[in-house]
Formats: sequence, structure tokens, C-alpha cells
Amino acid sequence: MVLRIATAGSVDDGKSTLIGRLLHDTKTVFEDQLSAVEKASTRYGDGSLNLALLTDGLRAEREQGITIDVAYRYFATPKRTFVVADTPGHAQYTRNMVTGASASDVAIVLVDARNGLTEQTRRHLFVASLLGVKLVILAVNKMDLVDFDEATYHRIVAEATAHAQALPAPVVLNPLPISALLGDNVVDASTNMPWFTGVPLLDLLETIEVPGDHNVGARLAVQWVIRPYSTEHHDYRGFAGRLTGGSLAIGDLIRVLPGGQQSTVIGIDRGGVPQDTAQPGEAISVQLADDIDIGRGDVLVAVVASEAPIVTDRIIADISWMVDKPLETGSRWIIKHQSRTAKAFVGAIELRHDVATATHSPAESLGLNDLGRVHLNVSVPLVIDSYDRHRPGGAAILIDEATGMTCAALMIRDNE
Amino acid sequence: MTMIDSGTQATPAEIKQSVAELEDEAITIIREVAAECRNPVLLFSGGKDSAVLLHLAAKAFRPGSLPFPVMHVDTGHNFEEVITYRDMLVEHYGVKLVVASVQASIDSGRAVEETGPRASRNRLQSVTLLDAIAEHKFDAAFGGGRRDEDKARAKERILSFRDHFGQWEPRAQRPEPWNMLNAKIRPGEHLRAFPLSNWTELDIWRYIGIENVALPSIYFSHRRTVVERNGMLLSVGGPVTVEVGETPFEETVRYRTVGDASCTGAVRSTASNVEEVLVEVAAARITERGATRADDNFSDSAMEDRKREGYF
Repeated sequence: MVLRIATAGSVDDGKSTLIGRLLHDTKTVFEDQLSAVEKASTRYGDGSLNLALLTDGLRAEREQGITIDVAYRYFATPKRTFVVADTPGHAQYTRNMVTGASASDVAIVLVDARNGLTEQTRRHLFVASLLGVKLVILAVNKMDLVDFDEATYHRIVAEATAHAQALPAPVVLNPLPISALLGDNVVDASTNMPWFTGVPLLDLLETIEVPGDHNVGARLAVQWVIRPYSTEHHDYRGFAGRLTGGSLAIGDLIRVLPGGQQSTVIGIDRGGVPQDTAQPGEAISVQLADDIDIGRGDVLVAVVASEAPIVTDRIIADISWMVDKPLETGSRWIIKHQSRTAKAFVGAIELRHDVATATHSPAESLGLNDLGRVHLNVSVPLVIDSYDRHRPGGAAILIDEATGMTCAALMIRDNE
Repeated sequence: MTMIDSGTQATPAEIKQSVAELEDEAITIIREVAAECRNPVLLFSGGKDSAVLLHLAAKAFRPGSLPFPVMHVDTGHNFEEVITYRDMLVEHYGVKLVVASVQASIDSGRAVEETGPRASRNRLQSVTLLDAIAEHKFDAAFGGGRRDEDKARAKERILSFRDHFGQWEPRAQRPEPWNMLNAKIRPGEHLRAFPLSNWTELDIWRYIGIENVALPSIYFSHRRTVVERNGMLLSVGGPVTVEVGETPFEETVRYRTVGDASCTGAVRSTASNVEEVLVEVAAARITERGATRADDNFSDSAMEDRKREGYF
């Protein structure tokens, strides 16, 4: 029911203004927020209402007029509820674009109609492709500054479409011309662009259908083992985690990976309340018929699963590198995959993606904001899926052991 | 119960489903932090968000008990009803309660009392909180903060890193792709965990209604003697004394948030139960902090400044 949206585009393409416009025109902005923005508009601008200040909440952002970090905003219309991640356009904050896009159903990629596609736009389309964002809306913004010219719009859409189709995983674009500043085609249809026959952005967001996840069969990565040791629940052992991949029911046969033992589900609790079945996304705890050694990091997998995960200590993954310190062949990191934390050794850097041309080239190392593909050796076997088939089983992060910083997002690809 | 919803055309079943999804997300976060951290603690103010947080934490480990203690940072400026309520909940959930006292921080010279008509102990709480985290060697503190509360909070991670000085550095936050939580810290550093990050005020009230979460009585309408100060209704008594030019009067009010009594304002309201509060919240045109927190209205970046210093 909730639609998760991430914005993307170059700096000054108007992302924060667009979100401010959506919030403002859907009457989501509260009176005290609006009066604070009016005050700030006078302080940081020429006094005309600057809607970007609704999401640029940090002092440094307001002073510099840019977005530094992801801001999350919530709004609802009578038809749908929305969560918007407003992500920065500056190249040095691309890691936050990855973060924003990773948890989104829809990416709105903005392009300044005066400038056309920039390297950042291409990068963001590439990120949307790598991260498997299901729907991409191409919003050609600032149409008011190009006299609402139809030819300019079509030229940009054609260029973006060509780039989107050349991506490793082609992205289908939903294009529309807007003016976030004036509100054209944001909430209300534009009277300045009668040549555009599509619906305004909000209508599109309210009605767009999000493709469902693949059903690969139930998986439960164990986060915590509930053992009350109380008189009442003396023998209770509940394996707690979030169900993904498919539904699970009492009586289902499961296999514990990587160990391989089998057992039968005899109880499912959600928030301490027993239920007969569970659906993907539910935080549950599962009781099994047999007394098996199962701990945090193990994965329970339905034996009848339509697609079995792979147990391996070697993974191939696309990577988004997020820190200044480079990633080099032979370097060691902490890897976190589902509820398992282990060590990872970079066996090889296969390639670096060239985001502008959607091609790739060999690389010795990867630097801040680089996208590439790596081969990792992991200290323990992981229970993995291909990211495209089952996202929770195919996503991982790398952590710097010395600083504790999150350094990379990994999308695990097929081991072929 | 019938859920009223004037914000969307969602059916009661859809509302129940959307709140259940938020619950699943929050429980997943709580379990993950409990598993990854050595010594977490749950911050409990007696307000509605921390009541929901405690309710969720208890559910996350049922039928087991809560595997971490609860801490109240006590400003000494309390609403009596809230302390009664706190002690009732501690008894109900059978949890261990740690009380960190702002008065003790002042007495020992670690914190200095503010003076003047706007003096409040709100900001001093950061000192007491950080000292208590160090004293008890807590490595993670669960808080009820929500991204919809404030523009600085909108930038907050689910699992948020604090350095040796307890400071938040918004420009160097750890990315959280796919909401994957990185709990790696060095000694002296700690984490703040916000399982309610993606909840709105409306979600909180819907959940309170569906789950029958008990709240302090001051969240519902009652008669109270107040003064109007800077557009806010402050309860007379305790830390709030009548200033020159102010006339106390009796009013039917309720609280939208519960914080330090010296700077938390009441709102005029006749909403006496959860359903009536839901109608009011859905129709509200002013944010809960804007309506009720004098401390956030001092400046445009009041929350950011306090958060940087180590505030909740």
C-alpha cells in the first residue's frame, strides 16, 4: 500500500523543490513548517518561498542551498501513502543515492531541461539499473525555462531512453515534462504544455503498479533464538527473523542451511501471537519438531522452495564503493549478509563500470563512488540468492574493520 | 475497534495491514540490534512513542522476556501522571529500570541549570544521558524518535553512530542500503537505534488503538490550570510559575507530546479517547513539536544543534 520513492538527478535539477511542491500541493505541509520555511526563505534567499527548504533540514544544507544527506518525508493522498527519500545530487554523496534507491519501488530521475542529460543523470540511471529499482520516472524539469518547448523535451527523452536501454539491466522510463517551481504537471496538469497528453506526476504515483517480488520459496535468516527458560515455556525454542521469498505454514518441511538438517514447522508466532501461516515481510519466530543446533546467521529454507539458494564461500557481486579509502585486490573487510557477519577477502576486481557509456573496463582498484564487479572469498559459507531473483538473499554490505564505516553495497550475481 | 481515518480512503483492514508492516519492520530492527550489541538499553520517557517502542520490544522476544533494561532520563520536572504510569509499566513488563537523574548531574556540577523565564532542563538531559551511557557501558540506546517529527530527525539513520563525545555528525553518517544495519563500533563509541523511524504521528495513534497500548492520562482531555506563554499553554505548578503579566486560567486540554514539564505545552482539546485523538491528529494543521515544544521553536535548527550534542 505504501509507495517508496527515491529522487535522483544532478545538483540543482530541482529534486528538493519537487518534493516540497508535492508536499505543499497535497496540503501535507503543516502551518508551522510553512512559516519556518517562509522565515528561512528570507534568510537564505530572495524572499520568495523556497520549497526545497522543506526537506533540506540541516543548517549546512540551508546555507549552501544543496542537499547533503538523504531526508525521508511522508505524505498521503486519499489514494495512496508515500515515503520519499530525497537524495543528494552532488557526486560526493552518490553513496546516499544508492542508499535511497536500494529501498525504493520508484525512482524519480530529474533532468534540467536546459542542460539535458549529465554524467550524474547517467550515473543515477545506472544505479537504478544495478539496484533493480522497479520503476523509473524521468521528470524533465524546469520546462518553464525552455519556454515549455516540446522538441527539447522529446530530444531529452530520446537520449535518456537510448541510455536506459543500453544498461546492463535495461530500465523502462516513464517520462513527463514538469516545472517543480511553478507546479506544472506535478499535482495539477499543465496548461502551458497542451502537447503533453500524459497525466501529472502525482496521478502517475497514485496509480502506478509496482511489480511483485519473485516467489522463490520461504527463507528465514535467523536473527535471534528465543529461549524463555520459564516454567510455562520450558521447552520453547523459537527461531526469530523476518520471512522472505514466499509463505510458510505449520507442517511445512524446512532445511537448515548451511548445515543441511531437515525438520518440520510446528509453530509460528508473530509478535508472540500464534498463527498457522506467515507471509513474506512478517517478523516471526518459528518452532521446529526436532532439536537441531541452529543459531544466528543460519537460514531456514522451505524444502519445496521453487528456487533453492546456493551455499558458497565465493561470491561474485556488483559493488558500489562508498568511502575514500580504495578497494584493492587482496584487501580484507567485514561482510554482513542477512544476519551473518563474516570476513571477506577481495580475490579479484573483475571490472569497473563506466556509467557514462554503460560499458566497462578492467580495474586495479575502485575509488569513492565507483561501481564495479568483484570476486570475494568469505571466511564462512553464505546462503545466497541472485540479487535479481531474491533481494534479501542477494544484498550485502562491506564494513571497514578499523573504522567501523560501511564501505560498500553489494548486489550478488549468478556464480557463472 | 473502528478506526477513523480522514487522511486517506483506506479501509480498516488496509490500515491494520500498513501498521502491521511497520510493526514487522520495527521488531526486525529491535531483534537485530539486540543480537549485534553487547549491552543495549531502551530509552523510556513515558511519552507515547516510547510506550509504543516498549510494547514492540516486549513483543519482539515473546514468550521470552526483554533482554535489556529500560532507562528513564529524569529531568526532575515531571508530570506526576507520567511517573505513576512509568512505574506501572515497569511492573507490567517485569523489566529492569535504570533512572538517570538530571538533578544529580546538576548537584555534581556536570550540568548547569539554565536561568530566566525560558529556562528548561531539556538540553541538560544530553549530559545526563551520555554520562549514564558511559557509566553503564551501554553500546546502543533504543529511542522512539521518528523521521516525521522534525527536519533534522528526517535525516537520521535507523542505526545512528555516536562518537566518543556522544556527538552526531550528520555529514558522515553510515549508509544503510536495504536498511541493513551496521552495529560495528569501537570502545567508547555508541549507537542510537530508531525502530520507529518510518512511523508518523498518525501511525503511532493507530497502533495505540489497535494494540490497546496504555498511555499516561494526560494524553487525553482533562481540566488543567494553565498560563499562555509564547503561544503555548503551560501547566501551572512544579517548574512553571506565573510570570508578571500572566493570568492563570482553567482550560480543557490534552498533551500531544510528553517531555520536560517546563517546556511542554498542552493543546486545547476535548478528545477523551484514542478514536477522538485520531480524528484530531488527522485534521491537525500544526506539527506536534511545533504545537507543544517551546525548546524546538527557539531557532530554525534547535533540534539539529541538540542532536549534535548527544540529545535523544
